Amino acid sequence: MSNLTFGVVVFPGSNCDHDAFYSLYKVLGYKVNFLWHKDTDLKNSDVIILPGGFSYGDYLRSGAIARFSPIMGSIIEFANKGGYLMGICNGFQILVEAGLLPGVLLKNNSLQFVCKDVYLSIENRECNYTNGIANNTVLKIPVAHGDGNYFVDDETLKELQDNNQIIFKYSESNGSITDEANPNGSVNNIAGVINKVGNVLGMMPHPERSCNPVLNKTDGSLIFNALVNNIFN
Amino acid sequence: MFKAKVLIKRRPSILDPQGKAVEIGARNLGLDNIKNTRIGKYIEFDIDTSDKQEAEDEVNNYCKKLLSNPIMEDYEFTLSEETPSEEEVV
Repeated sequence: MSNLTFGVVVFPGSNCDHDAFYSLYKVLGYKVNFLWHKDTDLKNSDVIILPGGFSYGDYLRSGAIARFSPIMGSIIEFANKGGYLMGICNGFQILVEAGLLPGVLLKNNSLQFVCKDVYLSIENRECNYTNGIANNTVLKIPVAHGDGNYFVDDETLKELQDNNQIIFKYSESNGSITDEANPNGSVNNIAGVINKVGNVLGMMPHPERSCNPVLNKTDGSLIFNALVNNIFN
Repeated sequence: MFKAKVLIKRRPSILDPQGKAVEIGARNLGLDNIKNTRIGKYIEFDIDTSDKQEAEDEVNNYCKKLLSNPIMEDYEFTLSEETPSEEEVV
């Protein structure tokens, strides 16, 4: 295995930072460092994870305050230079607040916190986060969020479609896209999007919570392993 | 010293599920004429400068960069000059 190093950012209120660390290090065997929100040093990370949780208590808007943490300056620079940056759940909310991804994550249309396994259809298999995952795979990965209702205006949606930036959609277990499979009201069932360049991914579901075979779900590891294989092999 | 009072409203094109849920409460109260409930935010703070233009610029900056998200929200504000209260003068 390569010497690839992951960095997992710890904001006050992050609560999936340890899940990410555990899955990447203990289960998948990658090198991982925690990155403290007050630092600016990225510790030579090759891939940076903005983890799930409730950074700064979700005050004002989810992700709005974390976006101005000292470490975010270095991370934005890292991403703009092509570094791989993945925002999961609250991390996705931080990415849209930082303007690294388009759109915004509104309150779930049910007004309820949703915590369950969902199925994800892979809409773009060409990007480095999904390339190599077997063709008919529908991912089973849990969501846990109150503000996961992805919204973009029609113009931006068209742009996302034209540029193949929609990576994951909420689907049935057979991959069909239905309203019933949409847990939060997201536009077009969107669960994850990538930036135009293809290095910044945001997704509401938690791949780090489905890596360990002990949990009887491991589809999350397909994403992390695909990324490592694609950027280092 | 100025006092800013900022009102942040959800843009008309953005659904407000929270407002809808609150309106169910209005129905349950028998308030049948209540329509289009939309929930925003009210924020107030002081700006420590005597220059009105500077104060205005700073409020705009604060609103655009942090207090509101232009994708889903609009903001408006009022500025009033605050005179120190008598206790503070003494």
